[in-house]
Amino acid sequence: MANDVNRPKQFTEHASTIQAQMVTVEIEGKPFQVPAGITLMKAMWYAGKDVVRGAGCLGGFCGACAAYYRTKNDPKVQTCLACSKAVEEGMSFSFMPAFPARKAIYNIQSLKDPKQDLFELYPEAPLCRNCNACTEACPQKINVREGVWKAVFGDFQAVSDMFMDCVMCGMCTPVCIADIAPNLVAVYASRAQGAHFTDKPEGLGQRIQDISNGKYQQDWDRILQLSDEDLQKTSAAIL
Amino acid sequence: MDIIAQHNLVHQTRDARRAIDFPKLSPAERDSLIKKYHPDHRAQAYRPIKFGPNAGELTVTEVATLLEGDSPLPADLSLEPKYSVDVLVVGGGGAGCAAALHAHAEGANVLLATKLRLGDSNSVMAQGGMQIAVAPDDSPVQHFLDTLKGGHMKNDHDLLKVMVEDGPTIAQWLLELGVLFDRQEDGNLHVKKGGGSSKARLLTCSDYTGLEIMRVLKDEVLNQKIPLLEFGAAVELLSDGKGACTGAVLQDLDNKRYVVVAAKTVILATGGIGRLHIQGFPTSNHFGATGDALVLAYRMGAPLVQIDTFQYHPSGGVYPEQLVGALVTEGIRSEGGHLVNANGERFVNELDTRDVVSSSIIKECEEGRGIRTAAGRLGVWLDTPLLDVEHGPGTLDKHFPAMVRQYERYGVDIRKDPVLIYPTLHYQNGGVKIGVNGETSVANLFVAGEASGGLHGRNRLMGNSLLDLMVFGKRTGLTATARAKSLSQGALTLDHVTKFRAEAKRHQVSSGLTSPMVLPAYTRQVS
Repeated sequence: MANDVNRPKQFTEHASTIQAQMVTVEIEGKPFQVPAGITLMKAMWYAGKDVVRGAGCLGGFCGACAAYYRTKNDPKVQTCLACSKAVEEGMSFSFMPAFPARKAIYNIQSLKDPKQDLFELYPEAPLCRNCNACTEACPQKINVREGVWKAVFGDFQAVSDMFMDCVMCGMCTPVCIADIAPNLVAVYASRAQGAHFTDKPEGLGQRIQDISNGKYQQDWDRILQLSDEDLQKTSAAIL
Repeated sequence: MDIIAQHNLVHQTRDARRAIDFPKLSPAERDSLIKKYHPDHRAQAYRPIKFGPNAGELTVTEVATLLEGDSPLPADLSLEPKYSVDVLVVGGGGAGCAAALHAHAEGANVLLATKLRLGDSNSVMAQGGMQIAVAPDDSPVQHFLDTLKGGHMKNDHDLLKVMVEDGPTIAQWLLELGVLFDRQEDGNLHVKKGGGSSKARLLTCSDYTGLEIMRVLKDEVLNQKIPLLEFGAAVELLSDGKGACTGAVLQDLDNKRYVVVAAKTVILATGGIGRLHIQGFPTSNHFGATGDALVLAYRMGAPLVQIDTFQYHPSGGVYPEQLVGALVTEGIRSEGGHLVNANGERFVNELDTRDVVSSSIIKECEEGRGIRTAAGRLGVWLDTPLLDVEHGPGTLDKHFPAMVRQYERYGVDIRKDPVLIYPTLHYQNGGVKIGVNGETSVANLFVAGEASGGLHGRNRLMGNSLLDLMVFGKRTGLTATARAKSLSQGALTLDHVTKFRAEAKRHQVSSGLTSPMVLPAYTRQVS
């Protein structure tokens, strides 16, 4: 049986238009008819809008397409990644513009006391007033507020665990009434955790030494002088 | 059979499947399966390139057309430089960041230009991990042999040897910058087994390895205050009129103006080709994966290698529609996830190489053992709940938080139900031909990462891409810097473009297409 669907003919990013059911959405306040169920990003393209600022990995990892949306009759404005959220009837959405957050500049390796240095680099971090807006704004569902406090109290391990999902979209920042950029605080704490509070893996050091001491030279000499045929046999013998 | 009954069949057959050890194919069986089903072997998708360094060689129509495309630049463009630097790095993914950081550390005056934002790349999406031979029972030689076998023995030995040998020092560099690789109890690096590898060799940061590395590298590029030009797409290289590269013309995507950069050396790190949708495949790639470096280097006279082979990752999403083409990490199969057809049967060893697994999925679907979605797409099951059965409840939550979240957004719980997958266009196996320091056959023009070719042979092994980016990003950064120190800035001309246009005319190329593509044209033409 020929696979006439997946055996490709012409790929189109709006393939789901075949399904025909349409919904009305508002993009930046203007109504458009778009196919039901497509992502907000695809709805932009369908509506005839070029996206340059706002499109990135298209897989939910880069945070380029941070967007605000509201569903029909609900006053609550929510956040999402436009590449990873489906449109629905009556939805209204806009992309978030680049936000001018302040990033501290530091040399991660030469920090003397990283947990104390946090207060020099991000003096606003301990001024959190617990409004929880950052947590509510996070499209990755990270407990951002708690993460900021963990950083302030020096529990960098917890910060790095909590923020492993962070795509750096920055939606936690414009909502902060204390002018904290929680994602930037978290990157600092995570990097400091890795660079200063994590053991050096002994096996890795040993392997680097072995390579520079020529431990594998004999193996290389043997392998690299093999004919293509013998090399193939050697490779094939590995399970 | 409806989809619920299909689901149930996966649940019902799970225990029986667990009892079976599915053997890997012999080399002869692999070859015949690939020749029959792998998209690289569909002759009608290929044509010879009409002119240029690879004239007469076959590649897919999409790539051939771009390579033969015209430069977008007007012949009378003013070449007055706006920037003058030692090293111009084009591309802000893993290879570009690694190149810029190493060049900067060696004292080069660097400009990093990228057509989207810093870090918007495929690198950020790499979930499976990074292969580095660090385990006691492993060695760089073993890594070399595994990669060679995966690449069908067609890998460039010199490139491959430096990659596997540089690996451990790359791991050390990343650890020093604060990358949090998963650890064993004893503090050593935790290693996972990847498809096609004989040893557990994947370093991971849960299923966010690429994201974690890129968060750190981006932060470091900003900390080092490396001059950055975002939304600046390279659309042409500059030559001194004697064959050496002397800079590039960028286009500022915010105002469409051309920006001329005089550079003693240029490093192209612009990634791969997924967004060309070769043979109509959906893709796992980021928005900017349009093969720009291939076009730029080719017009300048740099030969490409193995540009007829692409990687179709076995597990692209099929359902829900929003996830069509999106990557389902190979890590699921690494930890024992089965592939299951419509009859509830396994049909391949899930840890065979990507080309073998993809070919076998295409075979199942073409022979009527695929599962069809309401939207009419075909796929096979990936038994995700098996992981919690096999390794205990919570395994998926702990090891694959990104994937759990990705599906949860659309109401699919991968802990309870399997997901449908089909191969997705994932990686350009070949690319611009380079030497061990990333230099092309054009003097002072370097290429690093996916844009380059030769290292991976005809099929890249899982986890070798992140290492490729770091190793050759570093090598190009260091070599370009050393070179720049011995050079004075050469003349800025478009002589190579004039020559290329004459060649195109001679070969009667009249597609009217300009390249590089820069971004795919997804915007619907609304009348």
